Amino acid sequence: MGEQAQILPGTLDLLILKAVSLGPLHGYGILLRIGQISDSALLIEQGALYPALFRLMRQGLLKASWGTSDNNRRAKFYELTAVGKKRLREEADGWNRLAAAMAAALAARPEEV
Amino acid sequence: MSVLTNLKAVTAKWFRRDETAAEMDEEIRLHVEHRADDLERGGLPRAEAERRARIEFGSREFYKEESYAALGGHFVQTLVQDVQFALRILRKSKGFTLAAVVTLALAIGANAVVFGVMDALVLHTLNVPDAKSLYGTEYGADIAFQSYPSYVDLRDRNHSFQDLAAFNFTLGTAIDPGNDPKAAGGFATTGNYFTILDVHPYLGRLYTVADEHGTGSAPYLVLSYSYWHSRFQDDRSIIGRIVRVNKHPFTVIGVTPPEFRGTIMFVQPDFFLPIVEQETIGGNSLAERANTAALFETFGHLKPGVTPEQAEADVNRVAAELAKAYPREFDAKHMVVGRTGLTAFSGGVHGFVTALMALAMLILLAACANLGGLFAAHASDRAREVALRLALGSTRERILRQLLTEAVLISLAGGTLGVLGGMPLLRRLSTWQPFAGAPIHIPVTMDVRIYIVALALAVVSGFLFGIVPVRQVMRAHPYEVVKSGSMSRTGRKVTVREVLLVAQIAICALLVTASLVAVRGLMRSVNASFGFDPKNVMAAGVNLANAGYTGERIPQFNRRMIDAMASIPGVEAVGLVNNYPPLVYTAAFREKVFNEQTRDRTASSVALSPFRFNVSPGYLKAAGTILLVGRDFKWSDDKSVPVPALANRQFAVQMFGSMNGAMGKHFRIGDGTLVEVVGLIEDGKYLSLTEDQEPAILMPSMLYDDPMSYLIVRSKRDPEQLQRLMRAKLRGLDAGLPVDIQSWNQLLEVVQFPAKVATMALGVLGAMGAILSITGIFGMAAYSVSRRMRELGIRVALGAKRSQVLGTALGRAVRLLACGSLAGLVLGLLATRVLASIVYLATPRDPLVLGAVVLAMALLGLLATWIPAQRALRVDPMMLLREE
Repeated sequence: MGEQAQILPGTLDLLILKAVSLGPLHGYGILLRIGQISDSALLIEQGALYPALFRLMRQGLLKASWGTSDNNRRAKFYELTAVGKKRLREEADGWNRLAAAMAAALAARPEEV
Repeated sequence: MSVLTNLKAVTAKWFRRDETAAEMDEEIRLHVEHRADDLERGGLPRAEAERRARIEFGSREFYKEESYAALGGHFVQTLVQDVQFALRILRKSKGFTLAAVVTLALAIGANAVVFGVMDALVLHTLNVPDAKSLYGTEYGADIAFQSYPSYVDLRDRNHSFQDLAAFNFTLGTAIDPGNDPKAAGGFATTGNYFTILDVHPYLGRLYTVADEHGTGSAPYLVLSYSYWHSRFQDDRSIIGRIVRVNKHPFTVIGVTPPEFRGTIMFVQPDFFLPIVEQETIGGNSLAERANTAALFETFGHLKPGVTPEQAEADVNRVAAELAKAYPREFDAKHMVVGRTGLTAFSGGVHGFVTALMALAMLILLAACANLGGLFAAHASDRAREVALRLALGSTRERILRQLLTEAVLISLAGGTLGVLGGMPLLRRLSTWQPFAGAPIHIPVTMDVRIYIVALALAVVSGFLFGIVPVRQVMRAHPYEVVKSGSMSRTGRKVTVREVLLVAQIAICALLVTASLVAVRGLMRSVNASFGFDPKNVMAAGVNLANAGYTGERIPQFNRRMIDAMASIPGVEAVGLVNNYPPLVYTAAFREKVFNEQTRDRTASSVALSPFRFNVSPGYLKAAGTILLVGRDFKWSDDKSVPVPALANRQFAVQMFGSMNGAMGKHFRIGDGTLVEVVGLIEDGKYLSLTEDQEPAILMPSMLYDDPMSYLIVRSKRDPEQLQRLMRAKLRGLDAGLPVDIQSWNQLLEVVQFPAKVATMALGVLGAMGAILSITGIFGMAAYSVSRRMRELGIRVALGAKRSQVLGTALGRAVRLLACGSLAGLVLGLLATRVLASIVYLATPRDPLVLGAVVLAMALLGLLATWIPAQRALRVDPMMLLREE
């Protein structure tokens, strides 16, 4: 495990959407997927996932259904709705623009000003 | 997100909350299992893996809460949870709950009842269209009352009213549909009365201006719905029938609708008749400008844009004009304009109802203080539970909400109970008729407003006392409490609870003081000197005009009635007084008195305006009025000037400087007659019990032909027997003369009414205050004993004496009681100055009252600490030490 960063407020929702967009996942699976795709660089307390999940459900971005996990246990699987997919695109674009802008800003050198 | 999905989510959660909760639990459990599987695969034993997984998940309670919040429907959801939990807690501590609910039921019930009365008398306008622009003028000599010509002038000269109506009382009128005369009370009104009020008939028609063509032109009778219902059994054929009113034939032309109750809030008239017929039925003449008893009050709709202040100025302008034009007949007093319904009474009624409301609120406040203390105690007993919940990840906000929910639940239960109890009382009030002779009633309706106010009071007081333990909970530190139990701190610090207790006892002591002062005032006013002795006196009211007597025949017949009464065995003295005896129906008349030499008798040269009563020889003895010097009237006194008069001490002093100087002196009365003072009588009360000492004169009744009078008969005979004999004798003289016989004390009930009601109300509130202070002190003492059981046990084990144990256990409660009582007593003494205006002879600086309050509070304290004290004394150290 490398250096871990506290998650930025508001980014957890985006990460969840992204994780779920790669295929239906149950709660714990989402955490693993986030760990995997962020190279374990992001850390959240496990329970904190659920308020976020329910928030996204209520906004109609996620839908859920019960199924069976790889561990052969029952689990509730989340997947993106159409609205969720659209929102993920928008948020990702916004985030990329912001990141690019930030990167550009931070890369600025004295002679460019 | 669409509103619809949101709504769907909320309602879905609301209807399937158990399902949601179960599903959430299941999901979290499975999450932990999955994590544990992973950890197990990493080499941990299963048990350890599960423990680690649970820790990594974090506070399950907390995240569940948050998830609920995220799902929406959170508020309702938590509320339902809170309520369920609160019910469980309250069911567990039944005694506490019962005490709290009953306390609040009493307090909120009292408020609901008082508010009901206030709603009926003060907040409600008359039940007619556009009542908001309906204003009346208090346009007259004493309270309202004015002459008809002055009304006509005001009606025609003012610029403020669209039109002006007037009405007068016709109390004790005999209504006879045929051989069954019964007394009823109604209004004599101007023709435009119903037109201005925009009242439409329930049956038949109502009279209008078009019906009025002078005295005797409109013998029409309009019945009120309730009178028609009770007296005529809803008989529709009554319309067009002839009914005798004081023996004069009137045609019933209509019935007013049920919701119309006349134009004075607390008077329900039985009938209405045109004021032009007032004289026909023996009432006051409309022709004379000096006859200020001709009508009671005027009213009308203000013109658009005219404010009441402008109208008042306008009315006073007209009054000033009239005073200039008719200096002898018209008194220019400051005229007041007010809402029709209470106009002339608004001051007294408003003051009384407001004071009552304030007292009721004080009761509620005391109850809140009481319950605040109880709740604080309750909460600190639950410190362990609270700490446990905090440790399990519940937020402080959530716990506070839980406590508040409990408080509000209790207050809602109390409020409901209070309103349920108060409603029958209000219903009784609405049908209550305090006096047989007068159609007075309180128009209480079960208004929605009463329920709303009760609900609001319940919720507010719930928050008020629920908020008390907040600081305590905020401070609670889970580890401390769990470690040391609830036994921390028995220090000397003054706690919120103690401050509340002192405040509450102070309020209660105030109420007890106020009620004792009122009761004592009433007791004194019953035994006070009225300037006459109403005990063993029967009064027979007659109106000779009803039986057709006029002119000289009136004094002649009066003499025959007096002789007839005197012939009844056992009668000690008989006299007669014109109109009403003193203090009866608040209807005393004033006379204008001028110096002998005054030539122009205008309003500005009036020397004095004493009350005037016309009485017969023998009245003094019958009434029990003491003649100080001089002589009583004689039957031989005649119209030769100077006419003899009797004056009270106050008149003598004000008019002539001293009592001795007044005998044999002369003065002139309003019509210019020269009068000589032939005797002086003791001072008395004439119009109301609370009046300052007023001057009064008596004139010989046999010189005047006033048809209305009361026979005053003094006898120690059994009242009922005496009444029968008097009635028989009077029937023997004239079988057709309606007579109203009551004891003088019965007649005095009207003037004593305000004091009695005030005393009753204060008595009830005082009793409630006493109950509250008992429960408050009891709660405090019981709590302090129970918290210090272990300490007391150790003290007993170490050999403390009984007195020492008691001192330790209850010393503080008793000291608090003393502080509170003292503060309440001081407040009470300050407040009762206000009372003196309602209750005659109420004085707060009465050693008896002071002593009684101190004694009462001490007894209450003793009573309330008795049980806790017994418990403290019975402490068995071994028992306690084993238990802990």
